[in-house]
Amino acid sequence: MLEIQGLTKRFGGLTAVRDVTTSFERNRINAIIGPNGAGKTTFFNLVSGYHKPTAGRILFDGQDVTGLRPDQVAKLGVARTFQSTNLFDQATVLDNLIVGHRLRTTSTFWDVVFNTQRLRADEHRCRAKAEEVLDFVGLSSVAHHLAADISQEERKRVAFALALATDPKIVLLDEPAGGVNPEETLGLAELIRKMIRTGLTVCLIEHKMDMIMSLADKIVVLDHGEMIAEGPPAQIRSDQRVIEAYLGADYAAA
Amino acid sequence: MTSKTWQKPLLAVLLAFAIIFPMVAANDYYIYVMSLAYIMAIAAVGLNLILGYTGQLNLAHAGFMAIGAYTVGVLTVDYGVPYWIAFVLAGALSAVVGFFAGLLSLRLKGHFFSIFTLCVGFIIYLIIEKWDALTHGTVGIIDIPAPSGLGPIRFDNTWSQYYLVLFFLVLSLWFMSRIVHSLLGRAFIAIRNGEDLAETLGINLMRTKVLAFVLSTFYAGMAGALYAGFVRFIGPAMALESHTFDMIAFILVGGIGTLFGPLLGAILLTWLTQSLQFLQDFRMIVFGPLLILLIMYFPQGLIGYWRQRQARRAAASVQDRRLQRSVLASQQEVRSNA
Repeated sequence: MLEIQGLTKRFGGLTAVRDVTTSFERNRINAIIGPNGAGKTTFFNLVSGYHKPTAGRILFDGQDVTGLRPDQVAKLGVARTFQSTNLFDQATVLDNLIVGHRLRTTSTFWDVVFNTQRLRADEHRCRAKAEEVLDFVGLSSVAHHLAADISQEERKRVAFALALATDPKIVLLDEPAGGVNPEETLGLAELIRKMIRTGLTVCLIEHKMDMIMSLADKIVVLDHGEMIAEGPPAQIRSDQRVIEAYLGADYAAA
Repeated sequence: MTSKTWQKPLLAVLLAFAIIFPMVAANDYYIYVMSLAYIMAIAAVGLNLILGYTGQLNLAHAGFMAIGAYTVGVLTVDYGVPYWIAFVLAGALSAVVGFFAGLLSLRLKGHFFSIFTLCVGFIIYLIIEKWDALTHGTVGIIDIPAPSGLGPIRFDNTWSQYYLVLFFLVLSLWFMSRIVHSLLGRAFIAIRNGEDLAETLGINLMRTKVLAFVLSTFYAGMAGALYAGFVRFIGPAMALESHTFDMIAFILVGGIGTLFGPLLGAILLTWLTQSLQFLQDFRMIVFGPLLILLIMYFPQGLIGYWRQRQARRAAASVQDRRLQRSVLASQQEVRSNA
């Protein structure tokens, strides 16, 4: 569903991503791992349109999306989360989510001026969507809490919900379990599996190896911007280059 | 009791107070000062859209207000255009200039945007000051006609002008309320919270920001046009950034990103300035520390502080109700088991 061909990104003299070719299959959990500075987030930024690649192509559902703006990529069905999500702390969690479905609505400034039927229908739809995704991520109970008052783990779930509100086909998750405790990590992993069950495709960056190894269908390993391995967890675990670059001898033995 | 149920009565009381204000004011001068506060509030409400809701600090706002004022001044005094036609053109011209200025300046982000708009404002000031043939240069424009009557209503005294300004203030707030509570307003707020995230949610950054910018300059132009017809004298200094900073102070005191914050700030600070007139330049000694204390203890502004308390209370009451329900449910369960 997502095909990457010879993707390269140079920032001045630094090559953050070098000639990466891989593909992510529909309805699978794909993981990108690698040491800090390996180019993982840059890779996400390229796919979601924040950076224009120096070379290479990105095909989404067979369509060339290379060089599109982030909002255009989002409309095609690519959603993403960030390592940290800035919410509007003075508003409720539900209020924060309503804008997520805005891209699927059509009302314009003039609908606002004349307070048209279409605008009201759109706003109703966005609110319903916000409630639906909040329920999906299991946060209905905090819908009316102020965003300032929710926990770190709930914040992560809200970030998921925002991404889901855009009606995506693929969701890119940047360290979804960063900064949450082991028990909560299991809960988030279960949520990712639930997303797969509804037909979504997931691609995630994560450092928590236990989570990745049990969750991912396919792992792509980046090191210094280059892809040094790809394949199912079992294969990655025993790959000599991956062990040297990232996992360390201990993990391979375990 | 949710905050919405008594919001309407409160607004009605405030409006009633605004309507009887001229009848209880000690003299015409008070009415005059209040009208000026309202005009500045309209401009500040516009600035709040781009600054408070969209998160872009535009320092050229006073320049756009000057464009509106000068459109009315030049057209009515030098070309004999009727006030109300000049009034409409003032808003339109400010918005058109705002569109091109926004298209250019919004390519920059954060502080760079602010610095660029500081220059835009100064360029507007320079054009007004140097273009003698069109703007009368440093002399300014005097004897601008008061707004012409509409049907049986005349606007030739302070009273009637007060009500005219009040009418436009209410209209501005009503329209702003509609914008910020719509999906469009949510898109503006999303941009303020984080441009990257907003873009990920499929919001076209440039288009949305330019729209907010144009709307805010339209408000500035309208405020300028009202100012020209009310004060009836304008000079190039009104385009200076110090006036933008006045409006920013209104917004910060009243509540940034709140509907009524700019109005509250404009009224409070205008009256405070008036009542400290006797101190002359020393009034800044009172003014400065007061502003600092306010920012320290009410960083969200007065209305922002109040609203946060309300929101927290509402969230707590929802929680309470849910807790009560679950307690009731468990009691029933215990009973049915027994």
